[in-house]
Amino acid sequence: MCGITGVLNRVDAPPVTEATLRQMLAMIRHRGPDEIGIYRDEWVGLGNARLSIIDLSGGQQPISNEDGTLWIVFNGEIFNYLELRPELEARGHQFATHCDTEVIVHLYEDYGPGCLSRLNGQFAIAIWDTRNRSLFLARDRLGIRPIFYTRNDQQLVFGSEIKALLACPGVNAEINHDALDQVFVYWSALSPNTVFNGIWEVPPGHYLLAKDNALSVEPYWSLDFEVDRTAQPEQVYLEELEALLIDATRIRLRADVPVGAYLSGGLDSSLTTALIRNYTHNRLDTFSIAFADNPGFDESAFQRRMAAHLGTDHRVVQCTHADIGAVFPEVVWHTETPVLRTAPAPMFLLSKLVHEHNLKVVLTGEGADEFLAGYDIFKEMKIRRFWAQHPESQIRPLLLKRIYPDIANLGSLNNTFLNAFFKRGLADTGSPYYSHAIRWSNTARTQRFLAHQRLEEDARLPLTVPPGFHRWSSLGQAQYLESTVFLPQYLLSSQGDRMAMANSVEGRYPFLDYRVVEFCNRLPPDVKMPGLREKWLLKQIGRRLLPPEIWQRTKRPYRAPIHRSFYGQHTPDYVEELLSDSALRESGLFNPAAVAQLTHKATNGGGLSETDEMALVGVLSTQLVYQQFVKTFNLAPYDTCSPAKVVDRVTTEIGASVAVGK
Amino acid sequence: MDIKREQIRTYIAENILFTNKEYPYSDNASFLNEGILDSMNVLQLVMFVEKRFGIKVNDEDIVPENFDSVANLFAYIQRRVGTPVHA
Repeated sequence: MCGITGVLNRVDAPPVTEATLRQMLAMIRHRGPDEIGIYRDEWVGLGNARLSIIDLSGGQQPISNEDGTLWIVFNGEIFNYLELRPELEARGHQFATHCDTEVIVHLYEDYGPGCLSRLNGQFAIAIWDTRNRSLFLARDRLGIRPIFYTRNDQQLVFGSEIKALLACPGVNAEINHDALDQVFVYWSALSPNTVFNGIWEVPPGHYLLAKDNALSVEPYWSLDFEVDRTAQPEQVYLEELEALLIDATRIRLRADVPVGAYLSGGLDSSLTTALIRNYTHNRLDTFSIAFADNPGFDESAFQRRMAAHLGTDHRVVQCTHADIGAVFPEVVWHTETPVLRTAPAPMFLLSKLVHEHNLKVVLTGEGADEFLAGYDIFKEMKIRRFWAQHPESQIRPLLLKRIYPDIANLGSLNNTFLNAFFKRGLADTGSPYYSHAIRWSNTARTQRFLAHQRLEEDARLPLTVPPGFHRWSSLGQAQYLESTVFLPQYLLSSQGDRMAMANSVEGRYPFLDYRVVEFCNRLPPDVKMPGLREKWLLKQIGRRLLPPEIWQRTKRPYRAPIHRSFYGQHTPDYVEELLSDSALRESGLFNPAAVAQLTHKATNGGGLSETDEMALVGVLSTQLVYQQFVKTFNLAPYDTCSPAKVVDRVTTEIGASVAVGK
Repeated sequence: MDIKREQIRTYIAENILFTNKEYPYSDNASFLNEGILDSMNVLQLVMFVEKRFGIKVNDEDIVPENFDSVANLFAYIQRRVGTPVHA
């Protein structure tokens, strides 16, 4: 796992300096604190900050093919590299290292962009082809690892994080108002947008090819929810899923350093941890978050139960309201985007705990809710479609109480009113956004704080669906929306990669093995969620491996406290400062009077609604983004970034120097 | 008790819409259809009515006929308080 960055000159221009590359790497040193590597020639500069996990001594980047015509910097893991290597050797390739990075460069030599279909992993790749002077950037299928780029007539600049791009002379941060509008509907900007003008991400499952003055971005994989026509007995599906999960877990244990696991106390991470325990016999470290001053969010009893059941060395970070408030600016420095939840903050504290115990790798349970149908939004969609068949039914909407017991138990909130909320757009069953329309519409209420308000529908237009979408089941359609918006843009980035890598920790996700995902997406919907029973197949596996109180648990969404983190016993100074009238007028992004009323409500304990809380975090995190990236942008000192490996072909001809230990 | 529609409008503007004191809808606009309230806001509005006007809102009263517009809510409060009203 690493951070990568680079600059491609698109016109005749002075070569990118080593100092520039070192400065860009200094900004993402948290991703790769172990060593720095640089490649330079007249046209391109590549940089890598390495977190050594495989081939600790021999895997220094950049790495080349045999004749030094292809050079790679790489962030991520190729879990099937051991299977790919003999095949490449049989084709005549000679390996200089034992690391997975080198497999990619030889595969690319033989297959070009087609090599991506052979990779099972989580990755962001940059390969410079000196033969035709092309730069190839690629990202894994589901968007586990990030890669951003910006370009103008002179240069293309890329990096694992936006802050690396901003360290390159000539690249500046300006807020993209359209993308900000999207954040206040979808919880994130929609790919390939970021909240900064002119800075894009390479979308999940895509590669970018820059050659001469042309630049193209192409898909190489996409989600497909076309169901297998030949239905199998449930037992057949069960056995295949279990075999796939075992193998997905097994290859994710490949590392030359110890591998730990996150344990939330829910079904998914309990299962991945149990699989590790059942199929390996090493010591196993597990890590959890507890909310000491908020029992409503705390799951530590279940975490302790699982840790005891599996006999792991278990450690817990106690996360208080004050902790969340204290680390939030640093969290937003790493997310590089506004967020509408504080949930990334405890994840930041959790990876810190992992780092303090000298672990670099953890397996986690992300992905099961998306691809094995665990979320309440899928149940909500099923109930509303069922209800829509008889809209006047008084009985059908009562099913909503089963998924929203907290709302139903509010007591004085009459059913008639509750039903009325979920009846909005009930008959619009042909809409591709049917499953998510209510969620997006509710979240869009936070847009009322924006200085430049847009119609909700306008913000929704950029979200398109693929041609085959209308053939998929309604569950498949809902899963697609969830897996292309919320999963990569928020869960795997703001709450995933960024929070783990902030503390030099790599997350690995067995449920996001593409073989598991493709298998799940071919399953008949009723096998994944018969009636309103979520993650049915997974629970059948859990039944054999987990204590009943774990696998039978009702799913509980991971949440973290919001307004008490900022308006508790002590309000952090930055909150008052950034939400002040003058700070809001300076950024020009929000309506100061509206924000003043919101903060007044929060300060007076006025019982913030869900929308109010999202708005509060959204405004505050946007102001932090503005302050840390637009108003001022502090460069990290780069003199500590002394490269362990430099390939300098600016002063020497191609085929010449490789300096190690410079 | 002196009850004015303006009190309802102002409360919603300041605490739910965050539009200062301005209520940018007609008094007959549906809270549901216009997206003025979310489910939690209904509860908030009930608490406001109970506290400000000193009445106990029964569960069966929390229906759109009473709580779905400024006009409906005004009429409901008027009925419950049973006093002359200045519109």
